Amino acid sequence: MRELEYPFDGELILKKSKKLRRVLLEERSDFLEKRIAVLGGSTTHDYIRVLELFLLEQGIRPVFYESEYAQYWQDVMFDNPELVSFAPDLIFIHTSNRNITTWPAVSDQTEQVEALLSEQFAHFQAMWEKIAQVYRCPVIQNNFEYPFYRLLGNQEGVYPQGRISFINSLNEKFYQYAREHGNFYIHDINYLSASYGLDRWADPLYWHMYKYACCMQAVPVFAHNLANIIKSVFGRNKKALVLDLDNTLWGGVVGDDGPENLEIGQETPMGQVYSEFQGYVKAQKDIGVMLTVNSKNEHDNALAGLHHPEGVIKPEDFVLIKANWEPKSENINAIAQELNILPDSLVFVDDNPAEREIVGAQSAGTAVPEIGTPEQYIRVLDHSGFFEVTSLSEDDRKRNEMYQANMARKVQQERFTDYREYLLSLEMHGTIRSFEAIYMARIAQLTNKSNQFNLTTRRFTQAQIESFAADSRYITRYGKLEDRFGDNGVVSVVIGRKGTLADTDIYRRGEMPGAADGAASGATEAESSAAAGGIAADSAASGDTEAATGTAAGADVLHLELWLMSCRVLKRDMEYAMMDSVVEACQECGIGTIMGYYYPTVKNAMVKTFYQTMGFEKMEETDTGVTIWRYVIPADYENKNTVIA
Amino acid sequence: MSREEVFEKLNEVFRDVFDDEEITVTDATTADDIEDWDSLEHINLLAAVEQEFGMKFNMGQVVSMKNVGEMADIIIGQIG
Repeated sequence: MRELEYPFDGELILKKSKKLRRVLLEERSDFLEKRIAVLGGSTTHDYIRVLELFLLEQGIRPVFYESEYAQYWQDVMFDNPELVSFAPDLIFIHTSNRNITTWPAVSDQTEQVEALLSEQFAHFQAMWEKIAQVYRCPVIQNNFEYPFYRLLGNQEGVYPQGRISFINSLNEKFYQYAREHGNFYIHDINYLSASYGLDRWADPLYWHMYKYACCMQAVPVFAHNLANIIKSVFGRNKKALVLDLDNTLWGGVVGDDGPENLEIGQETPMGQVYSEFQGYVKAQKDIGVMLTVNSKNEHDNALAGLHHPEGVIKPEDFVLIKANWEPKSENINAIAQELNILPDSLVFVDDNPAEREIVGAQSAGTAVPEIGTPEQYIRVLDHSGFFEVTSLSEDDRKRNEMYQANMARKVQQERFTDYREYLLSLEMHGTIRSFEAIYMARIAQLTNKSNQFNLTTRRFTQAQIESFAADSRYITRYGKLEDRFGDNGVVSVVIGRKGTLADTDIYRRGEMPGAADGAASGATEAESSAAAGGIAADSAASGDTEAATGTAAGADVLHLELWLMSCRVLKRDMEYAMMDSVVEACQECGIGTIMGYYYPTVKNAMVKTFYQTMGFEKMEETDTGVTIWRYVIPADYENKNTVIA
Repeated sequence: MSREEVFEKLNEVFRDVFDDEEITVTDATTADDIEDWDSLEHINLLAAVEQEFGMKFNMGQVVSMKNVGEMADIIIGQIG
């Protein structure tokens, strides 16, 4: 919705929020539902109201828990059955410098200031640790914004007694905690308030009148920035930039003006602007964003422009270059297809409003920011938060290389007429094991962003993934694939729960047992952690205790709660290797039957008959399209994979 | 701006904020007359009014304002 895309009119959003909400809910139905607890150190009402809009815009439908006024700390630290039974998927802690209680006095000694700092930090740390222990869900924590006045003037940051110095030190402690703890994210309101304008942001009227941490008019900026972290945590980041060339990456039209006359480089102010932008775009590669070109140009001209000696970005920085005379919307769809991602994972950057208009109308879900004039490009793309970083995995840093390796594989493939020979020529090596600590973040990330090759589309947090790994009732497998062109990283995940055939009933209903986090049972802490992420929590809640009692003892059936694979390794026989490993794990613990489930979504039609391909027998199809598959492991099971070592 | 014009604009703002096309405010209208007008919506309403008229209420005014008539008086006093 245009009204909610950066740059947006915050006051319009505030005024028309009720209408916008109504329209957003009418526009689509495939929302991802998430339970979000907002624990405030100040009034949170309007923050929640606007946050909901930005989340709906991202396809996430939030259900909120809102703490009583300023009860953020008490809500966590003391027994709170309401919050426990709410079972948050995410907790947001909305504190500000108004919640700092241990400000130093100018007369304090440096050691006293240190003690105050430790005391204030301990207050927060205790709360975070309690959350990690009881709720085990992602946490987003505001850092602190600067105060709106400076007793020590310009030296406020120099003397440890100054409030700016105190805030800087406290923020640094917060960052250190974030560096050391997964699932913990900083919401940087210090940057945000600076970017918005601190005097307006901190207008004391809104604190004294309404106990708002920032002025009303800044609430949309705040909510947008926060929604970006939330959607990133839940796997809704964009994945690739689709860039126009002429007047987007350089000034001028390469076909008309010739490459030597383009504005790029340090010679002119405009050339400098484009150079800075090219540098910004190129750096996106480092956070895992794939770069592609979509330009109306002769291919040779496009390359000539990209080879400009003053250019920062080169043809080899792109995974795909579409320079032709096709409609850009068709190129967009082709790019999505070739990268094996959906058009709604793309961001189209073009200076020409007419092109943006067409792509916006023709390519479902592709983001089409109004990027303004060249000197505004960076700000618009950056503040839009399409690629909000919540974890920097090795995979992200290497993504471009991986896709380039894929292109090399394609060339290789063309040299073989026999597909098996081609696969053998790739010299593939697979590593398939139970979940291991170093891959937990990547596994959780995959469960949140795989849509197409995903049988049940269950989304899990890292904490849930860790609990599966530690739970003997579960068989977990991750698969990593390397070949002569490079390392694809972790590309496949399977989670199966041991049980009995009777458990099939629960899965038939399409329930998402694993999605119910430990706390969902609403039971005591000990009970809920025992049921963490497992089927027991959810089915107990639905009264189906009979079927849920299938625990490791006496279990003879493995129920596949999740099977997913990254589309970057389609048709490499990795799924067969995963199957072999799952069968082996079953055999080791005396399980003879594997049950597979396919839950249809708008995006996963690709795997509708996957289990059939794997040799499963279709048992039934419900009226909601859920199909149930059974595989009885033969005594003489032979490995299905013959190409991956 | 005449008082009638101010009220016309106020009606628009109220309709937007409460998403209700039926609302018509008068001098005597108070929060009791509009179902969704609670203390939290009040903040939003004032922000929307400020934006519409390009003015700001100060704290004293926010605290003492009794009905829409007084709100209109303040607006007219500020924008002339």
